[in-house]
Amino acid sequence: MDFAFTQEQEELRREARAFLEENPEAQLAELRELGWLGVSVPEERGGGGLSFLDEAILFEEAGRALYSGPFLTTAVVLPALPEVDEQAWSVEVDGFVPDLLHVDRVLTEGMQSVPAEGETLATMDETRPLGRLTSSDGEAVDGEWEPVRLRLLAALALEAVGIAQRALELGIEYVSEREQFGKKIGTYQAVSHPLADTYVETELARSLAYWAAFCVAEDDEQAPVAVPAAKAFCAETAVAACERSIQVHGGIGFTWEHPLHRYYKRAQWLDAFGGHAAVQRAVVAAALLD
Amino acid sequence: MNLRDTPEEAAFRAELRAWIEESLTDEVRRGRFEEAGRDWSRKLYEGGYAGLTWPKEYGGAGAPYSHQAIFLEEMARAEAPSHLGVIGLGMAGPTIIAHGTEEQKRARLEAILSTEEIWCQGFSEPGAGSDLSAVRTSAIEHGDHFVVNGQKVWSSFAHIADWCILVTRSDPESQRHAGLTYLIVNMHSPGVEVRPLRQITGEAEFNEIFFTDVEVPVENVLGDVGDGWAVAMTTLLHERGTLGFALTAALESQIRKLIALAKERGATEVQRDAIAREWIGLQAVRYTTYRSLTTLIKTGIPGPEGSGAKLWWSEANQRVTKLALELLGPEAQILGGGDRNGGYWQHQQLRSRGNTIEAGTSEILRNIIAERVLGLPRSR
Ligand SMILES: Cc1cc2nc3c(=O)[nH]c(=O)nc-3n(C[C@H](O)[C@H](O)[C@H](O)COP(=O)(O)OP(=O)(O)OC[C@H]3O[C@@H](n4cnc5c(N)ncnc54)[C@H](O)[C@@H]3O)c2cc1C
Repeated sequence: MDFAFTQEQEELRREARAFLEENPEAQLAELRELGWLGVSVPEERGGGGLSFLDEAILFEEAGRALYSGPFLTTAVVLPALPEVDEQAWSVEVDGFVPDLLHVDRVLTEGMQSVPAEGETLATMDETRPLGRLTSSDGEAVDGEWEPVRLRLLAALALEAVGIAQRALELGIEYVSEREQFGKKIGTYQAVSHPLADTYVETELARSLAYWAAFCVAEDDEQAPVAVPAAKAFCAETAVAACERSIQVHGGIGFTWEHPLHRYYKRAQWLDAFGGHAAVQRAVVAAALLD
Repeated sequence: MNLRDTPEEAAFRAELRAWIEESLTDEVRRGRFEEAGRDWSRKLYEGGYAGLTWPKEYGGAGAPYSHQAIFLEEMARAEAPSHLGVIGLGMAGPTIIAHGTEEQKRARLEAILSTEEIWCQGFSEPGAGSDLSAVRTSAIEHGDHFVVNGQKVWSSFAHIADWCILVTRSDPESQRHAGLTYLIVNMHSPGVEVRPLRQITGEAEFNEIFFTDVEVPVENVLGDVGDGWAVAMTTLLHERGTLGFALTAALESQIRKLIALAKERGATEVQRDAIAREWIGLQAVRYTTYRSLTTLIKTGIPGPEGSGAKLWWSEANQRVTKLALELLGPEAQILGGGDRNGGYWQHQQLRSRGNTIEAGTSEILRNIIAERVLGLPRSR
């Protein structure tokens, strides 16, 4: 048993974090340049020949940086294609397509590759609009939807961990500086204890997300339970992390100007897309009890 | 990253599983801890499974921590009781290993594993609970021994204990963390009196201990005179289950029973959701413990990610036991009612209220995470 990333993977994390801090709005083409697309696809099919665990690091870091391009959806589709291509991809789940207007093609649950045409709806999370396809007629893609779905949900869980982590950091920074009643507000337990809870939950969420990523990478028989378990816990953790962080920020946390609301809205987006936590837990419950 | 057993770990697991199959009887499984636990503990000792990570020269197996993790997982799977020497194995032993003299190690460690000697922990006092540095039990050096006077409280297993790890104030002029001395005290010494306290569950597992002019030889100081605080911190580190395996195993065993109960009695949608939530939480603590263990193996220090294990576990165990009573329905109010194991869940639910108090209250654990892990400004 060895539950740690390798040195190379940790290096990848450092690079990804540094790049996204400098270039939070980087185009998908730039990420492709960096080799971030098709990471887990075998080399003979034009991919990076690494594993989903390497990709996992990128999803988590993209979440932490609140990256808004169609990176995640493209990355989870590419392994389903015969060959890695240069297009931007999205997926259609429950009739919704993230970033519809920013991608070239869409993979549907029926394994059809459809041109990205349709209408975009305004979303709470402005950085990740959802659209509806006007037509679902396209070309059939060989293979099954299930592995795409598992990759997608695991990626959403990983992104949620990045969101939770950042919301926690923002909270820690603020309460360590802000003073009221002559003291740093971080000394008040009503302020510090919720952050301690966020820390504990975020570490638990991280473990689940990595476990799910490992199961996906290894095509483990536990994947169909590990993935919904991680999706449920990580999304709820991210939402709660943002809520607590907003609370300890007081009025400033309630403003449009402060970045927290963006994290909060992304967290809720992540919970909703692909099915809220309760929907995921129903899958887990069925596996345990039926 | 590889979350599966290595071939060596798989071999250990297989051998252990076969041993449990052969050794664990239903009598032991269902018996009362104080009697059945002693026989079972002896078997564990004879099988070489008590003190897996302890050094070989003191009766342990010198095995890696990963074996201890596997051992506890398999014990939980088999619903086996734990070793009777809870305090000896979990706290006194590791503290003696870390701070003891060669003679102390030779004299005490193996007897813990074999249950020849049962231990209790004398830390809390009427005036010193969360704030352990307020202890007043005095130990005055007098030639070749200390004379101990004072009172300890909430001391689990003191009524069956042979030895006690005792935090005392050896310098009467000292304040707070200074001037403390950590002693190992023979509970059969003249002047030691134990009075059981009846708990919320109706049983009496914890006790008051009164010390009246008890003579403790100077050889029984653990660590240095006046340095008791540092030694006590080692004990607390182990008590709070830095590594969390034991906690994971305990929760795993509860959740297995909970799932069996839900299958037997049926569960509403809301209860199904709650059960799934607890199972997911269990996997989360399990894998967090593995991460922390990997950090320990690689760096020699457990990672901070494990610091929330006890906090999470204690609250999860409270929810799980309540959920079980809910599955039992109104029968849960009848003593022993509805439950094949005669009152198991009623007892567990009440017992679980102690989980957020013993070994550091949840409030104190949150303080520690806030200050030491997150680096927030100190509240005191
Ligand atoms: C089942 C059980 C077994 C035990 N076994 C042993 C044993 O074997 N040996 C032993 O020595 N002790 C044992 N204890 C005692 C246990 O360690 C203490 O009860 C615990 O440390 C709390 O101390 P206290 O009871 O004095 O409560 P107090 O410290 O008085 O706490 C009362 C309340 O105030 C809160 N509080 C206190 N200080 C703070 C603070 N700074 N910030 C926020 N909140 C605070 C606490 O969290 C708690 O909610 C046991 C307790 C239980 C319940």
